[in-house]
Amino acid sequence: MRMTASNSAYLSGIIGGLPFLLVLLPFGLLFGVLGTEAGLPISQVMGFSFLVIAGSAQFTALQLMTENAPVLVVLASALAVNLRMAMYSASITPHLGAAPLWQRAMLSYMLVDQTYAMAMQTYEAQPERSLKWKVAYFFGLATPICPLWYGATYAGAVLGATIPPEFALDFAVPITFLALVAPALRTLAHIAAAMTSVMMAVVLNWMPYNLWLIFAGVAAMVVGAEVERRMTAARGKLS
Amino acid sequence: MSGYSESTVWLIIAALGLGTYLVRLSFLGILGNRDLPEWVLRHLRYTPVAILPALITPLVLWPQATGGTLDAPRLSAALVALGVGVWRKNAIAAVFAGMATLYAVGYFLG
Repeated sequence: MRMTASNSAYLSGIIGGLPFLLVLLPFGLLFGVLGTEAGLPISQVMGFSFLVIAGSAQFTALQLMTENAPVLVVLASALAVNLRMAMYSASITPHLGAAPLWQRAMLSYMLVDQTYAMAMQTYEAQPERSLKWKVAYFFGLATPICPLWYGATYAGAVLGATIPPEFALDFAVPITFLALVAPALRTLAHIAAAMTSVMMAVVLNWMPYNLWLIFAGVAAMVVGAEVERRMTAARGKLS
Repeated sequence: MSGYSESTVWLIIAALGLGTYLVRLSFLGILGNRDLPEWVLRHLRYTPVAILPALITPLVLWPQATGGTLDAPRLSAALVALGVGVWRKNAIAAVFAGMATLYAVGYFLG
């Protein structure tokens, strides 16, 4: 019986993960294309998608590498983009934290934006589910999502070599970043953080080694958090 | 990518992969079930919208492909992608709208 329950959880996970294929396919393809266009061999393009498995951070690293930024700046910026995953890790621990360590080690690798969002939504809607069910469901979510990311990257990398320069793909990276950021501009605090980030990038552009990126990022993060704090405080006073 | 040796690129990939994995593993695998202070959560929420716009800005204002001068197809493509992304809350729609604008404006301006 228990086997059947995990099987059905695993299956609902797979079904829950399928719609994300539509989002991941184009971005995976694009990373493969731009990686090869930037001069990386397929092995390294695939290395990014296997080991980092985080779209925004991969694009960030790739962009900074085409600008020949220092290694430390590449790493710090791309890791900063991924810091949000510490928040994912913390908020999913009440649901998965009791699983054996080897399972948590695997689940952590698969903790990407899409699996996190879908798992949290389901866990919160169905709090009565057992730990086993939740773990099986998470593995189900990752089953279509992770391999598709590798496959799309590979297809893009193979395709990339055949795309002529007239397509102005140099600009696909900023367009991709804009597309990833724009839907996230949900609140005044998010907008304030993004605008601080833009202004600091212009003002600090004189800094060498792409260091302006780090300073702009930190300043924008502080502004976003501060605006949120004040908004919450103001709302508290009103009610 | 001429500025890096092959092994340096592998170093970047490995370090970024390990770092990202440790961030994901942080609470689930190491720190366990404990609450993050509210001020930390508040800052973490803004990391993507803090870094990415700063990365985009010079690419839009001073694109390398044009030798660093502002050009109409790229600027309008960026504005359209931003607008569609905010309006539709859909990243794929924003990419397609932006790239379509880039090609269309580029074509009409010759």
